[in-house]
Amino acid sequence: MKFRILETMMIEAYNLKKEYRNDSVVTVALDGVTFNIEAGEFVAIMGPSGSGKSTLMHIMCFLDRPTSGIYKFEGRSIDDLTDDELARIRNKRMGFVFQSYNLLPRTTVFENVRLPLIYSGLKKEIEDKMVREAVKQVGLSHRINFYPNQLSGGEQQRVAIARALVNNPSVIFADEPTGNLDSRSGNIVMALLQELNDKGHTIVLVTHEKYTSEHAKRIIRILDGKLVSDEKVINRLYAKNNKELIK
Amino acid sequence: MRLSDSFFTAIEGLKVNKGRSALTILGIVIGIAAVIGVMAVGQGAQSLVLQEIQGLGSNLIIITPGGSEQKEGRPSISMGVLSAKNLTLDDVEALSRKMNVPYAQEVMPVVMGSAIVTHEGQEKTANFIGSTSNLPQVHNRFTQEGRFFSDEEEKGMARVVVIGSKIKEQFFGEGNAIGERIKINRRSFEVIGVMEEQGVREMQDIDELIYVPISTAQKQLLGINYVNSIIVSVDSEEFIDQTISDIETTLRIRHNIPNSSNDDFTITTQKELSETIGIVTAIFTILLSCIAAISLLVGGIGIMNIMLVSVTERTKEIGLRKAVGARKKDILIQFLFESLLLTLIGGILGIIVGCLFSWGTSLVFKEILGSSWGFILPLNAVALGVGVSVIIGLGFGIYPAQKAAKLNPIEALRYE
Repeated sequence: MKFRILETMMIEAYNLKKEYRNDSVVTVALDGVTFNIEAGEFVAIMGPSGSGKSTLMHIMCFLDRPTSGIYKFEGRSIDDLTDDELARIRNKRMGFVFQSYNLLPRTTVFENVRLPLIYSGLKKEIEDKMVREAVKQVGLSHRINFYPNQLSGGEQQRVAIARALVNNPSVIFADEPTGNLDSRSGNIVMALLQELNDKGHTIVLVTHEKYTSEHAKRIIRILDGKLVSDEKVINRLYAKNNKELIK
Repeated sequence: MRLSDSFFTAIEGLKVNKGRSALTILGIVIGIAAVIGVMAVGQGAQSLVLQEIQGLGSNLIIITPGGSEQKEGRPSISMGVLSAKNLTLDDVEALSRKMNVPYAQEVMPVVMGSAIVTHEGQEKTANFIGSTSNLPQVHNRFTQEGRFFSDEEEKGMARVVVIGSKIKEQFFGEGNAIGERIKINRRSFEVIGVMEEQGVREMQDIDELIYVPISTAQKQLLGINYVNSIIVSVDSEEFIDQTISDIETTLRIRHNIPNSSNDDFTITTQKELSETIGIVTAIFTILLSCIAAISLLVGGIGIMNIMLVSVTERTKEIGLRKAVGARKKDILIQFLFESLLLTLIGGILGIIVGCLFSWGTSLVFKEILGSSWGFILPLNAVALGVGVSVIIGLGFGIYPAQKAAKLNPIEALRYE
């Protein structure tokens, strides 16, 4: 019988360091970062560009490995996993939203949302159902057979969110999801992320905007590769109530 | 990843730049078509030649005068046929005896020459064959009208002639030829038969030959007492070796030859002839195929080139796929599938073009030579074409695919 500790952290980072070596020049991107994230949290990672927040994000979502330190996702250490196992966990347990949407331009909304599923080995009928469900959640069912270039930026980002949640992941990583959007579209995206969080998805949001970060429940600030603050948001913003996301 | 997903992903990939994909495919089409075309034409030509040799009659042993070894660089076979006089009807007589050559079915002497043939003011130079009454059985050539000359007519030096179908057409048109008289070298002969249409064999139009009894040919047309060759037919292939040695023994005794190096005759078999020609045409086919294969190689390099460009162009897509859970293997398979699809399409089109080419060639041959191989779809060439295009797709596709699979997803996602 398997014995599981109920209180397992979703994400555990202990003294994470990341160095880039380039012809004997060592650049330190992360310099000993420690924090935990529990299931159901909505965490914003904030910092100016070059602070190391993107590097941290890449390690957190298993796209990169730290130079030293311990990183565990759902209790499994990145050091114990092969690249294929990391790919499998990314596929099954994580969702990704990028600043520039990263949709495949020549495939429909349906096919774009389905993309993670083609690597997860499910039955076609189940796949179809999951895709439709995800597209419905972001309110784009009427656009399911459209191509990305027929959609507005906000709609494209919502397709990207549908793609991120199609596998029913435990965490959604969103890297500057409102960065390319006007304030109204950005507001819709943030409302969606908050809604998903309410439904139980853990959200990790990377942003450099103070206003956007205040939609989270907790903000981790990074500067020069170091964690400078980690605190709860006292006056949390609710995108649903806003007409516009003012920058 | 499901196979159907890989397939449709590959199709999408190729549709990105249709013109470029089409040109890349064209490279493979040319390569495969060249190989298939050359092989098909080679095989067709080979079967044509072999068919003609076999058409001469089956299981034949041909004895020609003159030794087979070259003396002082003088090729004795061809010279021997024309000049050597040491095979005679007495040799034929000896070879016909069952006690000497038990497995010989038919023994047929042959003399050849050309003569001026005239009929009612029409004149024509024709090649004639002087032979015995068993020629139809030996060569599988039969009369379509009248009859071939008999043993008695041959022994009795009768002035009878059997004419080829084209000679008949030329002199008599649609009318009756049997019983008519034609003049051969100003001697009058009675036409007793017309041969079936045979077509061109060994660059000689059989239908323009005329056949006379050998005694008549020797004494009245040529003025000789030797024969140009003796053809022995054997019931079954298994007795050919035995029969050859029986013939050698018989002729050596008759010609007082102590050992084989002094033989004044040469024995060839139809099988040897077929084998020799088979080998020669096979070598030509292989050589030409090798040249054609070079264009296939160039096509393969084209595939690799385009796939490398495609990988670079789609760096971001690869990064995305990896981020959402594609393993190295999935990316590798996706790009291999694309190159495989390119070469397979090229291969199939190439097979079609190659077959059309060989079909066209067979028609041209028919037009020029009057005989041709029926169009042969070379199944082994088709299998080779498909096999080779798969190998090229995998072989030249693996490097770009590996390059794609090894991309770092972070770098790839950042790529603009």
